[in-house]
Amino acid sequence: MNPYHRRVAPTWWLSQRTYFLFIVRELTSVFIAAYLMLFLLLLYQLSVGREAYEAYLRFLATPGMLVFHVLALTAALFHTLTWFNLLPNIMVVRYGENRVPAIIVAGVNYAAWMAVSIFIAWIVFSR
Amino acid sequence: MSEPTMTLEVLRYHPEQDQAPHFQTYEVVYREDWVVLDALCYIKDQMDGTLSYRWSCRMGVCGSCGMMINGVPKLSCATFLKDYYPAPVRVEPLANFPIERDLVIVLDDFMHKLTSVKPWIIREADKPLSEGEYSQTPAELARYKQFTLCINCMLCYAACPVYALDTHFLGPAAIALAQRYNLDSRDQGRQQRKGVIASHEAIWDCTYVGECTTVCPANVDPAGAIQQAKLASSLDWVKGVLMPWGGR
Repeated sequence: MNPYHRRVAPTWWLSQRTYFLFIVRELTSVFIAAYLMLFLLLLYQLSVGREAYEAYLRFLATPGMLVFHVLALTAALFHTLTWFNLLPNIMVVRYGENRVPAIIVAGVNYAAWMAVSIFIAWIVFSR
Repeated sequence: MSEPTMTLEVLRYHPEQDQAPHFQTYEVVYREDWVVLDALCYIKDQMDGTLSYRWSCRMGVCGSCGMMINGVPKLSCATFLKDYYPAPVRVEPLANFPIERDLVIVLDDFMHKLTSVKPWIIREADKPLSEGEYSQTPAELARYKQFTLCINCMLCYAACPVYALDTHFLGPAAIALAQRYNLDSRDQGRQQRKGVIASHEAIWDCTYVGECTTVCPANVDPAGAIQQAKLASSLDWVKGVLMPWGGR
């Protein structure tokens, strides 16, 4: 026999909406990695001295950097929201024969996220 | 009055004479209660006896008649023509598998993977018959029941881009079935399956695209099974690190 092997087109991820959204979700990690690099540089400039730190802050305030941060925040939010929505499929909590409803599993995670975010906001803005 | 008709574009491949597959168009009778499989049987019986395809039960139980219908993996016995009429329907063999002939794919890879996860109840030692059956509570049954519904139709493999790009991936159905036995209170074979399941070519190759669950005709949720297996495997690892003397 001579079976025929089909090839996967390099554009496979454009063939279906779900594949495309999956790739978008994977690409959000690029923005998050880039943001973390900028953040590590911020800490490094802080260790160098006041002048270097303030120069770096001025660089972060340039329009290009602002646009990048808005994009990075959008990417992080997209990743986080889709992740929390998937969580009920991964964390199976049971009571007897039944599964705890997805909305409760996701809700607990959303609530924990909110609590941590409010705590961080309190640290940042309470000074 | 003549009967309405509908166009079916069917991928044909005859390994004896064809270098590559090609589409052949058939104008078939359209009946509102017909599924794609009925139309294929009509072609085979009335128009072209050389057409090859797999089918058996016609009722979504046997899992034999999976095909790509307008690019989406579906059971052809459960896909109604009326959902596409009057537009043409394109029928191809399941994606990501080699084509044996026409709509028939080569199953060997899936069969090998299925047996590699030992999808049966493994006991360290069988208890004697005199002690009776292995009983189970409804709650214990509920833990794995969803994963028993798999009909091995392979639609999930056809929907999975990870399997498309790397056929070494163990794949959705095989992992879901392994998880089914791992969750069964009567089974003691989890350690035996671990080598196959917890590898980079199994659960850790899955990137959770989730299409396997979307196309599954039996609501098995293989994507969920794989992520749950990842969670269980990670917890095993953490326990092993924290409690090297007894973490299993």
